[in-house]
Amino acid sequence: MQEATGQFYSVLQQVTGYIYPNEAELQWGLLIVLYPYLTGLVAGAFILASLEKVFSVKEVEPTYRLALLTALAFLIVAPLPLLLHLGHPERSFEIFLTPNLRSAMAMFGFVYAWYLMVVLLLELWFDYRKDLVLWARQERGLYRWIHLVLTLGVTDLSERAVAFDGKAVRVITIVGIPSAFLLHGYVGFIFGSVKANPWWSSVLIPVVFLFSAIVSGIALVLILYLVASLVRQTLDMACLDKMASFLFYALVVDFSLEILDFLHRLYEAEESVKILAELISTRLFLSLVVLQALLGTVLPLVCLALVSPVFGSRGLVPIPAELRRLLYLGTAVLIQIGIFCTRWNVVIGGQLFSKSLRGLTVYKMQLLGLEGFFMSALLLLAPLALLYLFVKILPPWKESVVPLPLRQEGSGD
Amino acid sequence: MNTEQSAPPDAPEPVADASLDRREFLAKCLAASPLVLTVIGVARSEAQNEKEKSYNPQEHYYGMGVDVSKCIGCGRCAEACKTENNVPREPFYFRTWVERYVITPQGETMVSSPNGGIEGFPSPVSEKGILRTFFVPKLCNHCANPPCVQVCPVGATFITQDGVVLVDKDYCIGCRYCIQACPYGARFLHPETGTAEKCTFCYHRVVQGKAPACVEVCPTGARIFGEVGARSSPLNRFMRFNEIQVLKPNLNTEPKVYYARLDGEVR
Repeated sequence: MQEATGQFYSVLQQVTGYIYPNEAELQWGLLIVLYPYLTGLVAGAFILASLEKVFSVKEVEPTYRLALLTALAFLIVAPLPLLLHLGHPERSFEIFLTPNLRSAMAMFGFVYAWYLMVVLLLELWFDYRKDLVLWARQERGLYRWIHLVLTLGVTDLSERAVAFDGKAVRVITIVGIPSAFLLHGYVGFIFGSVKANPWWSSVLIPVVFLFSAIVSGIALVLILYLVASLVRQTLDMACLDKMASFLFYALVVDFSLEILDFLHRLYEAEESVKILAELISTRLFLSLVVLQALLGTVLPLVCLALVSPVFGSRGLVPIPAELRRLLYLGTAVLIQIGIFCTRWNVVIGGQLFSKSLRGLTVYKMQLLGLEGFFMSALLLLAPLALLYLFVKILPPWKESVVPLPLRQEGSGD
Repeated sequence: MNTEQSAPPDAPEPVADASLDRREFLAKCLAASPLVLTVIGVARSEAQNEKEKSYNPQEHYYGMGVDVSKCIGCGRCAEACKTENNVPREPFYFRTWVERYVITPQGETMVSSPNGGIEGFPSPVSEKGILRTFFVPKLCNHCANPPCVQVCPVGATFITQDGVVLVDKDYCIGCRYCIQACPYGARFLHPETGTAEKCTFCYHRVVQGKAPACVEVCPTGARIFGEVGARSSPLNRFMRFNEIQVLKPNLNTEPKVYYARLDGEVR
């Protein structure tokens, strides 16, 4: 507590204009930046996975299972920053037991549970069931038992059963798309519905969140796929090109929405416009103008427009596949930084100006402690570690699917 | 009475005796005073308990009036609030505070609230000249349509039947969503309990029929507490005789802190 209050004194030194006395403490810090970032990756990865199942974009098939596992790994970690941030984490279960039905935040438990249980786990199970049975049959030791348990005892590999699996996956994916929209739209709504805060309060926020989520999810799976291909020494370039194209489309929509939001605020020029303009040109200049807009959006847009096969099958500037891969990787990393900054600018940016609209404050990031930098870094790495574990247990690669065609391969995969 | 009656027959020198008796009487009174005071104290607290027990929230609906022109910026309200409610002393936690507005002839508005106004305000007021200047006490507006209550995920913050917005600190999970949702900056997270905190209109006093601490100590009567509806109440009178404004009416929070002579610059 001493440390914290000492920090607030130094915050007061850097306040410009007037802030309400209670605003010296910034309520939502780095952990809450992570939360929409992580859930965005979940929703985005899932949407990418659904491209293949629902919209029959066959090229991205090699990333289907990887995308699902990525979504799962990130979804499991997503509530952790929220939990760590609570003043009383031990009471968090009250959200499930006695939710205030008028509260947007109270819906978190239900949205999360729905997405985890009904969408992701179920889809993964139906999709992997046949392979789990086959793997368990040919394996020994620990893996055999893990796979056997994961089948939940459903070892029926008849044609009908496998066909049912495939049908189930399709239905769940169709349900899953609105669910993914719901998950991240809901996170946007948490911010967008706060009428006290003119930076947040906008109907566009959930939509912007959604499309930036799709962008970040595709970019993440693209990075993971590229990294995995380095290890596995095999890569499907058509798949990568297709992903890059979709990344471009999503980025165009995302950027248009952001611009619309910006223009709308500027044109309406409400009471808050002065302080928000000051916010953007001073406190958020680096994270919003430079990192989010220029490096995280415009540069990737230009790069993808030139290189990826969106305009013409070989791209506007035909370059060798190796260079293209490198550019895709660089673009995807830039996009990740950009989207992280988007979350930062919403969450932190929305708290840097006073609700009196008369002054700006600062955010002092800590290094240590629950709210600190290292904790957040750990939480960003945790889903990757989880994903590594998942990939070990449930190999998402095509080679591992084929090994034992007992009878006919069903439409399950 | 008894001593005076018994004095004349027994004593040859009534004047001296009477003075002795009076002295004795006073001494006895003094000796008995702790007991008497205790009895009175117990009786009073009993009466208060009775009042508290017989308190029916349905019979009340509270609000507060603030006469901006009467506030002298002494900050005693903010000080009394911290003492009465054990609010942390650091200058980042306030249930109520006082703002000073200075509007210069050039139209620039400067607002300040050093330590919530508890130690008063520094002078000179402005080096750029003064068009007008005034103090504005701020506190939770106990909105009839409170966004903080709407967003609380577990319902730990709620409106009482008598119109006061409270936080159940044994139930609050400390997510801080209510702090974000409050347009007035009236809430903070208590650094020790880890739960949301705010003005309660001194609910513990109000149910005993007392006024909130800030109202009690205000030397100029700038704050008027009472029933919104009852025609005979000081607040209702205040609202009848003044043109009333609330803070940020466009947000439709329906505040129940009513300001008279509020300047348009106040947010």
